[in-house]
Amino acid sequence: MTQLAPGVGTEERSGRPQNRALRRLRGRPLALFGAFVIVFFVALAVFAPQLAPYDPAATDFLAVRQAPSAAYPLGTDDVGRDVLSRVIFGARASLMAGVISVVIAMLLGVPLGLVSGFYGGFVDELIMRFTDALLSFPFLILAVALAASLGPSLQNAMIAIGIASAPTFIRLTRGQVLAVKAEEYVQAARALGTGDARIIARHILPNSFTPLLIQATLTIAQAIIAESSLSFLGLGVQPPTPSWGGMLNTAKGFMAQAPWMAVWPGLSIFVTVLAFNLFGDGLRDALDPREDA
Amino acid sequence: MLLFIAKRFLTAIPTLIIVTLMVFGIQRMLPGDPALIIAGEQRDPEVIAYIRQQYRLDDPVPVQYLAWLGQVLRGDLGQSIRTNQPVTQLIWQKLPVTVELALLSMLIAILIALPIGVVSAVRKGTVVDYVGTLFALSGLSLPNFWLGIMLILLFSVQLNLLPASGYVEFSRDPLGNLQRMIMPAFVLGSGLAAVLTRQLRSSMLDVLKQDYVRTAQAKGLLRRRVVLRHALRNALIPVITILGLQMGALLSGAVLTEQVFTIPGFGKLVVDSVFNRDYAVVQGVVLFTSAAYIFINLLVDVAYALLNPRIQVGGGA
Repeated sequence: MTQLAPGVGTEERSGRPQNRALRRLRGRPLALFGAFVIVFFVALAVFAPQLAPYDPAATDFLAVRQAPSAAYPLGTDDVGRDVLSRVIFGARASLMAGVISVVIAMLLGVPLGLVSGFYGGFVDELIMRFTDALLSFPFLILAVALAASLGPSLQNAMIAIGIASAPTFIRLTRGQVLAVKAEEYVQAARALGTGDARIIARHILPNSFTPLLIQATLTIAQAIIAESSLSFLGLGVQPPTPSWGGMLNTAKGFMAQAPWMAVWPGLSIFVTVLAFNLFGDGLRDALDPREDA
Repeated sequence: MLLFIAKRFLTAIPTLIIVTLMVFGIQRMLPGDPALIIAGEQRDPEVIAYIRQQYRLDDPVPVQYLAWLGQVLRGDLGQSIRTNQPVTQLIWQKLPVTVELALLSMLIAILIALPIGVVSAVRKGTVVDYVGTLFALSGLSLPNFWLGIMLILLFSVQLNLLPASGYVEFSRDPLGNLQRMIMPAFVLGSGLAAVLTRQLRSSMLDVLKQDYVRTAQAKGLLRRRVVLRHALRNALIPVITILGLQMGALLSGAVLTEQVFTIPGFGKLVVDSVFNRDYAVVQGVVLFTSAAYIFINLLVDVAYALLNPRIQVGGGA
């Protein structure tokens, strides 16, 4: 798959790394498909009020559990709400949860990883044991326990997922710091008397950017599943606000009578998460020079 | 080797201590009076007074922690506010159900991952490999509770082949047990299968590049024999480690799977306790799972070192 004509190779080496990566990403149909789907769902979320045919919260007791039809392309739910409109609005909760939990995880994980890798010694030992402890909680059980103690809401679900995802970023950042710290140019900078803050900002952070970006994309995928899981359990987005996990929670009670209620929200979660995974995977192949075997 | 095992045990101790601090902390950091929180729906002043005394809530926090830790070390995780049963008893009741589910799903995952992982690696870069990658990524992206709902729709509602929910003990009705466990185990196993497939593919690719594999091939051994006897055996070693690390993911998945299929296991216990505001149970279960996870991975690491004496296990793994 990665066979390149010799001319392409030389051209690649000449460009800036970002451009090079873009060019290599273009040759990966699955990653591009992922990017396309992400853009599609972001557009759904942003333009939900314009795109949704009905008010997602408007109940209609004359149109309860109607099968898909021209008026309701994806059918209606147990209280007569339009499933299509709720799926469109549900994209908001999922994408927001995905992105914000990862931002929280990075805000916690990157500084801790930096300190751990850069200073080493006792601080490192302490942070690593703390990370091991966090990792020893099954992800969802930790998120459930946190969401339960903080109270069920989208905001608290995002905090819980963010905390539960932080260890990955702590370890990743620490590993990057350790690798870069050993480089000669960093040793040289230090010998010249460059301060810690400057070494971190000028040398370590820029080198950690690519792996962090890849990890963030893949973690968004996990966070979207985690949010929909919590909402499915009733610990995330609270009704009547539409969310894919919450819709599945309701749908579970009407499987025999209204199977369409269960199909679309789940399919949306699957396709969105798959898109982030495909894109993240492609990004890793395109950006990670070590993958060139 | 003994030194390594001793060292590995020693690093687990601070981790366990931090786990207990965090589990204790989550409960104590809640806003409001902990006695009221532990009491849940109960508002009887006598009950509250009893809780204040039992959890030593009038003592300074470090004393409370040490008292609680002392209880935990004696195997006392407190009592359920709802049923008055000791939490440990609840855990031992529910655990076998989840362990059966987890073992079955591991078996299914391995049955799926072995062929796909090996073939993708051997036929790297072909359509087969491509489809395998897509399959694995789909498995990672599929919310398992939705997969469960879809399977129920197909096999229970439409085809009427399998019961949609419930649980019977294996000892009482082996066939009924398997009929009820096959869908949940498949649902739980699918995610694990995806992870194992990817890991097996990449470790097979590594191993196939090794000299001894080339030597075996140069000796004129059959390709099939080289792949299965020489490569696969060695490629499985890192997969075993991943299996240990995936125990947590399996338990998380069990929470959802048990909810979908109404299986009275460990995961359902957690969710039910959260909704019953039965915090002693939540706390006990969280502590138990993470301690079990640390212990299992300790065993995996030791097994790894024993299986592979060439590996000098130093700082990071």
